[in-house]
Amino acid sequence: MIAFVTFMSSILDLISQPWHWSVSGAAIAAILFLMTWMGRSFGVSTAFSNFCTMAGAGKRHAFFDIDLKDENWRLAFVLGSVLGGFITVYFLGSPEAVAISESTISHLKEDFGMAYPQGDGFLPTEIFNFFNPKGIILAIIGGFLVGFGARYGRGCTSGHAITGLSHLQLPSLITVIGFFIGGLLMTWVIMPLIF
Amino acid sequence: MKQFISFFTVGTVFGIIMTKSEAVSWFRIHEMFRFESFHMYGIIGTAVVLGAIIIALMKRFKVKTLRDTFVGYMPMQLHIPRHLLAGSIFGLGWALIGACPGPMFVLLGQGFGIMALVILSGTLGTYTYGVVKDKLPH
Repeated sequence: MIAFVTFMSSILDLISQPWHWSVSGAAIAAILFLMTWMGRSFGVSTAFSNFCTMAGAGKRHAFFDIDLKDENWRLAFVLGSVLGGFITVYFLGSPEAVAISESTISHLKEDFGMAYPQGDGFLPTEIFNFFNPKGIILAIIGGFLVGFGARYGRGCTSGHAITGLSHLQLPSLITVIGFFIGGLLMTWVIMPLIF
Repeated sequence: MKQFISFFTVGTVFGIIMTKSEAVSWFRIHEMFRFESFHMYGIIGTAVVLGAIIIALMKRFKVKTLRDTFVGYMPMQLHIPRHLLAGSIFGLGWALIGACPGPMFVLLGQGFGIMALVILSGTLGTYTYGVVKDKLPH
């Protein structure tokens, strides 16, 4: 019994360390396998569409007029991922903040006046918090662009970069190139102006 | 109900993986777009290479899914300007808030309440697309 407890706690310690990128990548591929084997196409952004349908958008626009029964699994997945974030932070968290590169840290300090680390290194809370009007506006704009772009492109990172590319789909590859065009433009041109 | 519990469980594991991989970190995404670390490229690259092998094997050996279907992908019609434009709009938002849809939910679970606002706004963005879609190039 004591051996078992020791074994389990050493496993928890192992999981609690920061993961090497190859371990993380393999774990995401395992999720893709599970979802595919369970007969569903791994994609998160369609959940936004489901929320629209839940709010009654199907009565006004045929695009949202779908049967939610067939989308139950996606809502379950999304709710589960919220719990997963909670569990990791409170029970499996790494002892140190996310170890980003030195050059990124000095860029944040010099160009954005941003200290690092902030919290566990997951979100710049000095910008994105409910008491900062600028952060609220940026959060709204960012969320809107992601929600709009994902539906226009019929998929987000999970649907195109992971699932679509694994199925060797050319439209997915071009969409991912688009993700980078927009991302680079925001990071190198727009953010230095607004941060 | 059984389906709900299975997918809820897979979602929970996904939330743990995304947090431990640090792919839900705004700072990791910023670092990725500045090409200052291999971390995110390593994650996505490993996932895609292994994913492609897994999918190819499942197709080759005609693995039946739990819903009694074969593994496949509904192909999308190739329309390069649309993919680039839609992808760019998404990318602008992704780099700004450092989270794509999956991580938004994971970060909400981590206790970042502002993600509820981001998710609400994302839903509004999707609704707006549904309203104006006939006027956009497809």
